[in-house]
Amino acid sequence: MMNKRQNFLKGIVKENPVLILVLGTCPTLAVSTSVTSALGMGAAATIVLLCSNIVISALRRVIPDKVRIPCYIVLIAGFVTMVQMLVKAFAPALDDALGIYLPLIVVNCIILGRAEMFASKNKVIDSAVDALGMGVGFTLALLLMATIREILGNGTWMGMEIPVLADNNISIMTMAPGGFLVFGILMAVVNKLTGGKGSKKSFGCAGCPSAELCGKASCEDKDKEAQ
Amino acid sequence: MMTNLVIIVLSAIFINNYVLSKFLGICPFLGVSKKLNQAVGMSLAVIFVMLIATAVTWPIQTYLLTPNGLDYLQTIVFILVIASLVQLVEIILKRYIPSLHKSLGVYLPLITTNCAVLGVAILNIDEGYTFVESMINSFGSGVGFFLAMVMFSGVRSKLEGADVPKAFQGLPITLVAASITSMSFLGFSGVIDNLFA
Repeated sequence: MMNKRQNFLKGIVKENPVLILVLGTCPTLAVSTSVTSALGMGAAATIVLLCSNIVISALRRVIPDKVRIPCYIVLIAGFVTMVQMLVKAFAPALDDALGIYLPLIVVNCIILGRAEMFASKNKVIDSAVDALGMGVGFTLALLLMATIREILGNGTWMGMEIPVLADNNISIMTMAPGGFLVFGILMAVVNKLTGGKGSKKSFGCAGCPSAELCGKASCEDKDKEAQ
Repeated sequence: MMTNLVIIVLSAIFINNYVLSKFLGICPFLGVSKKLNQAVGMSLAVIFVMLIATAVTWPIQTYLLTPNGLDYLQTIVFILVIASLVQLVEIILKRYIPSLHKSLGVYLPLITTNCAVLGVAILNIDEGYTFVESMINSFGSGVGFFLAMVMFSGVRSKLEGADVPKAFQGLPITLVAASITSMSFLGFSGVIDNLFA
């Protein structure tokens, strides 16, 4: 039981996909302009992650090793399409808010990364717990960024006005530069809290889950070149 | 007609810059922008793949998916087509144009699952562009990516020698620098509306 709890909690704190593993940067920066769309994105990605992790884990002995990445991509794209149709039908406002970033969950590194790193090697229940932990971790990180950006940039939180800030908003926070800035500062805070362990993390091929796809050889060459 | 195309290309490069205002393709932007030559190679590969992807996905959507009421398959079909296309192009380049493969080849597989490429293919459909407009938009988006990468690699080479606080070293200071770089692009918003008015 303890093991499952740790498995769940690691996605939220120790291996937070956004703040520690630095995966899924694009949606994090893009949809964190308002708390509502951040929650919507977090929920959508969590559902896709949960479904794909369960199915990939269940099929892990069936899928041939050589073609596993294309198989994962097809499965993930299928689940994304389902979520997309559900959102369009039941939450059209959310569909407008997320726009292009909803179908782009397909190429979210977190989902392919968890399939490759966890679901392909572990049992169904463990994979489901891992997906939930990672999904909640992703949602919480998004929520944190969106809270900072919406309060400072718009003076609201989930549409509720905050007395003084609403009249003195820093609108650049909800624009593109604010996204980079808030994320940068959050990463620095995380570095400080983890004692600089995170700062050495390279943002190159090593951390990229699709490295398998492009053949590690070319990746390693490039990493060497970069150094 | 001509003005329309000019507006599309200029707004794709400056106003709706894929990296700095739409946050698409952040991974290569932060990962491969350390050296100028790598940044150039990567961006040329992105322009190339964006053009091919659009040239193939637009007809598929218009002549295959929409007439048959299969619009909902868009995401699956596009990602599969783009992924297999990139592999195919890489094999062809390796066999027939080795020199080009040597300079672009290593970057090609990396951008298969790049959100900028899938993003441009889907956005062209969403915006309802014609084939020519789509190609122009893809080209502009690619050039915008190129511009952002080249500018940012310059900023990063200056960062290397800077003395930053310990907690900010590495990714955090890079993100803060990206924030300032993207601020420079904010100045372009509104330019297009007045350019041909």
